[in-house]
Amino acid sequence: MTDAIASLGRSSINALAVFGRAFVFLLRLLASLDVVVRRFGLTMVQIYSVGVRSLVIIVVAGLFVGMVLAYQAYITLVNFGAAEALGGVVALSLVRELGPVVTALLFAGRAGSALTAELGLMKTTEQLSAMEMMAVNPYRRIFAPRFVAGFVSMPLLAAIFSAVGVMGGYLVGVGLLGVDSGAYFSQMQSVTDWNEDVLSGVIKSIVFGFVVTWIAVFQGFNAQPTSEGISRATTQTVVVSSLAVLGLDFILTGLMFGAG
Amino acid sequence: MMKVRFFELAVGVFVLLGIGALFYLAVQVSNVTDYHDRDTYEVTGYFDNIGGLKTRAPVTVSGVRIGRVVDIRYDPERFRAEVVLAIRSEHDYLPMDTQAAIHTAGLLGEQYIALEPGGDYETLQDGDEVMFTQSALVLENLIGRFMTNMGSD
Repeated sequence: MTDAIASLGRSSINALAVFGRAFVFLLRLLASLDVVVRRFGLTMVQIYSVGVRSLVIIVVAGLFVGMVLAYQAYITLVNFGAAEALGGVVALSLVRELGPVVTALLFAGRAGSALTAELGLMKTTEQLSAMEMMAVNPYRRIFAPRFVAGFVSMPLLAAIFSAVGVMGGYLVGVGLLGVDSGAYFSQMQSVTDWNEDVLSGVIKSIVFGFVVTWIAVFQGFNAQPTSEGISRATTQTVVVSSLAVLGLDFILTGLMFGAG
Repeated sequence: MMKVRFFELAVGVFVLLGIGALFYLAVQVSNVTDYHDRDTYEVTGYFDNIGGLKTRAPVTVSGVRIGRVVDIRYDPERFRAEVVLAIRSEHDYLPMDTQAAIHTAGLLGEQYIALEPGGDYETLQDGDEVMFTQSALVLENLIGRFMTNMGSD
């Protein structure tokens, strides 16, 4: 009996300790952000590997999500004789929800896992300790550029996802299902608001980018220095950041669109 | 050296693409141009029933959008709904006796305010009140009236 209670206590203490370490890690990261200005080259290479190389999956996913969305919305809308409202439905769901959320999930799988594996391997092969030996601060040299790269890339990727999705919806809605092209865009413009819809989506994607890269970089930093530890940390990155994105999205949606 | 140049180019293209996508969302997808009606003047109208009118609903003359609804309140002294309309400053030619009516776009569409200019020489200025208003059509009232008419026959 006491064993069970003790194990519960132990796991709670461990969970709290991880939270604490993650938070201290974040503070140290933020304190070493000046490296981004001083040595922008480091960050740029990371933006390339985190952002540019995620472009293909984001563009293809956006295109297909937009096309499927147009198909499904059309089936329902045409029953009410409101097929012209297709543009608004596609644009609103992409800009408000699907753009930021799906991009963040793909980003966690594509870029977050790669970051964790890379950092975990660096830790396992003691590259991080070697750097400290040479008086190179790994927070500046390794962690901060990766963190900033993810944080900068996410909103850009989400915007590209939404824009491509709208075009995908156009292809299916106007090209295949015969919705009027002028009605598609005019309906879209009349229901989508720059401040309320587009900017809310951008804010969401900034928050998601922050959380996903934070989790990914921290998991790499915190990984057990064994091959099994790296694999566990990579899995954890994808699982935890996906759950965090979905949970945060619910809260943010409530804050942004709930009271109104 | 070539390598650095390549990274710079790729990241530059990526950032341009992202900003281009945002620009596309602004111009093509959302109605960002509507934010340009900064110079507006406000007039007030009192309605018996505003139906489902909401703030930010369009204000039109002959179907052309010239402003939007910025505030809806209930006036406890007049027992009527007070609707504040912000009209773009270049539309300063509306006569004093302009009529405001709440219309519905389509059968179940959104509600908007349609202005119908009168014949007065004086024009509406900031802070003026629209004298003639026409309430929204409430479908339930119409059906109710139709039913009683049917019954009396």
